[in-house]
Amino acid sequence: MSPQLAVRVSGVTKDFAFGEERLRVLHGIDVSVRAGELTYLVGESGSGKTTLISIMAGILFPSAGAVEVFGTDLYTLSDRDLVRFRLATIGFIFQQYNLIPSLTAAENAAVPLIAAGTPREVAVAQARELLHRLNIGTQCDKLPRQLSGGQQQRVAIGRALIHAPRLVVCDEPTAALDAGSGRRVMDLLRDVALAADRAVIVVTHDNRIFDLADRILAMEDGRITHDGKHMPKDH
Amino acid sequence: MKWIAIRMLTGDRVKFAGLVFGVVFSTLLITQQLTIFVNLLLRGAAAVHEVPSADIWVMDPAGRTPDVTVPLPATSLQRVRGVAGVAWAAPLMRAGASVRTPDGALEPVTVVGVDDATLTGLPRTVQLGRRAALREPDAVFIDAMGARRLFGTERGALDQRLELNDRRAVVRGIVDSEPTFTNSVMLYTRYANALEFLPGSRNRLSFILVQAQAGANPFAVARQITAATGLRARVAGDFAQDGIDYIIDNTGIPINFGITVALGVIVGIAIVGLTFSLFIRDNIRQFGALKAIGVTNGTIRQMVAAQSALVALIGYGLGLALAIGFLELGRIYSDAFKGFYTPWQIPLIAAVMVACMILLTGLIALRQVLRTEPAEVFR
Ligand SMILES: Nc1ncnc2c1ncn2[C@@H]1O[C@H](COP(=O)(O)OP(=O)(O)OP(=O)(O)O)[C@@H](O)[C@H]1O
Ligand SMILES: [Mg+2]
Repeated sequence: MSPQLAVRVSGVTKDFAFGEERLRVLHGIDVSVRAGELTYLVGESGSGKTTLISIMAGILFPSAGAVEVFGTDLYTLSDRDLVRFRLATIGFIFQQYNLIPSLTAAENAAVPLIAAGTPREVAVAQARELLHRLNIGTQCDKLPRQLSGGQQQRVAIGRALIHAPRLVVCDEPTAALDAGSGRRVMDLLRDVALAADRAVIVVTHDNRIFDLADRILAMEDGRITHDGKHMPKDH
Repeated sequence: MKWIAIRMLTGDRVKFAGLVFGVVFSTLLITQQLTIFVNLLLRGAAAVHEVPSADIWVMDPAGRTPDVTVPLPATSLQRVRGVAGVAWAAPLMRAGASVRTPDGALEPVTVVGVDDATLTGLPRTVQLGRRAALREPDAVFIDAMGARRLFGTERGALDQRLELNDRRAVVRGIVDSEPTFTNSVMLYTRYANALEFLPGSRNRLSFILVQAQAGANPFAVARQITAATGLRARVAGDFAQDGIDYIIDNTGIPINFGITVALGVIVGIAIVGLTFSLFIRDNIRQFGALKAIGVTNGTIRQMVAAQSALVALIGYGLGLALAIGFLELGRIYSDAFKGFYTPWQIPLIAAVMVACMILLTGLIALRQVLRTEPAEVFR
C-alpha cells in the first residue's frame, strides 16, 4: 500500500507586487508531502521556503495553482471554512514562538482547544498532560518570560500539537536554539507529531539537524531542485 | 477566548493603566465640568426658586431677570391686585447696596425687601433666630454664607450691627438661601425697612409676586395682568428660565465649559487611541498567530470588544467616583459649591461620550488586527 498523501501542491505560483512591478517568487511548483514522514524544506535565503509552506498551510493565497491537504482543496474553501480547517487540521510552530506573554505555559498550549470551544479547565488540564510528555511538566504555571528559549519552543510545540492536527508546519523551529536543544526538539516532533496518517513539514537552514529528516526538498529561486533522503552534495 | 483577551490586556500593566487613565481623565473632566456648568446656570434661577409660593412675577416691561431690575411705580401693586384671577400680590424689592463690616471694609450686598404683612420672599428656612424677629425695627436677616463671610461664623453674626448704606441695621436671623450667580451677600428685610435703607427716587418696587387663584391658569392670569396694567408678567418657571438664559447669552461660560469638555474628550481619545494602538502593535504577532491557528475574525472582534469594554467600564466607574468625590470635597471645604449636585443626565452624557470614544479607538485597533495577514507571523 502506498503511503497516504498529506499535501499535494499542483502548479502553484506566487507573485508579489512591488508597486507596478510583479515579482514571481514561486514558479509553478508541483510537489507532494507524504504522511508518516518528517519532510524538510531547505534552501538559500529568499528561495521561497516560507512562501511555499505558508501556501501549504492555508495562510497565504497562491497566485495560481491548487493545494490539497488530506484531500481537501484549501483554496476553494470559503474564508470561514478555511479558518475552521486550519484550526482542526494544521498545527503551527513559529520561529519566534509568538506565545501570549501574560498566559502561563499550560494556558498558552491550550489556546487551539479553547479556540475550538473546549471549556477552559478541560483544555488547560489536557495541555498540562501534553507538556509533561514534552518534558516541561514542571514549567506549566510559568509565564513565557520565565522560560528559556528551548522551553518556550516546547510550549509552542505543545500549542501546535494539543489538538492532534494531522499536518504540522514549522518555520525555522531550531534557529534560536543550541545544537543539542535543536536535535531534542526534532526528536520530540518525530515522537509526538508523526504517525502513519500525520505529517510534519519543517523549513530549516540548520545543517546540524539535516540527518534527522525522512525526506529533504531543496529550493532555489522559487523552484524545487532536489528531492531525496539526504542533502545534495553541492549544499 | 474573551478571558484570553482580558488577560492579554491586563497582563500589560503599563498600557492597561494608560488606557484606564485616559477614560478616567475624560469621564472626570466631562462630569465635573458639566456639573459646575449646570449648577452655575441654575443659579440664574435661584431667586425664583426661593419663593415657591409665587406663581407669577410681574415687572417693568424692560425687566429681564431677577438680577436685572427696573423699578416700578408703587401704585402698580394696587393695579395688579385688581386683576381678575389674582389671589394675592406682594411687593418685592431686590437692589444692590453696600455694608460696612465690623472691621471697616465695604462689602457689596443684595438687599431683598419682602412683604411686610406676610414676609413673602423670605427663604423658607431660618437657621438661627425666629422668623417673627424680622418685624423688629432695623431687623435684617442674612444668608448663612454671607454671615460666615462678614462675621466668621453664623452664630457670631446674630445680633451684630451693620451699617447698611450708612443706616443702622441689626442681624436678627440667619437664613438658608440659594446662592445666586454673583454669590453676593444677601440681606433680607421688610419692604418698608428696605425703602429706608435704600433712599432714592420714589419708584423702588422691583417685582410684584402674584399667586393665581386656585383653579386659575397662571399663564392666563399673567396675560390678563399684562393686558390690564401694561406690565411684564412671567410665570415662575419661565422667569427662572429667563435667568438661566441671561447667563447663557451674556457670559462666556457656555463657551469656556464647552471648550474644557471638548478638550477632555479629545485628550481622552488621544491617550486611549495611542495606547490602544501601542498595545495592539506589541501584540500583533500574537494576534497573527491566533489568526493562523484558526481564530476567526468574528472571535477577534469579540476579543477586542471585550478589551474595550473592560477599559470603558473600569475607567468610567473610577472617573465618576472621582468626580463625585471632588464635588463632595468641594462642598465640604468651599461655599462656592453650595447646593451643587450632579443631575442624572450628566453621568449619562459622560457614559455616551466614553462609549463613543471607546468605540472609535476600539475600531481603529480592531482594524489593525483584522488587517494583519496570518502569513506575516512566519516572517
Ligand atoms: N509579503 C511579501 N511581499 C513582497 N515580497 C515578498 C513577500 N514575502 C516574501 N517576499 C519575497 O519572496 C521571496 C521569497 O521569500 P521567502 O520568505 O519565501 O524566502 P525564504 O526562503 O523563506 O527566505 P529565508 O530563508 O530568508 O526565510 C523573497 O525575495 C522575498 O523578498
Ligand atoms: Mg523564511
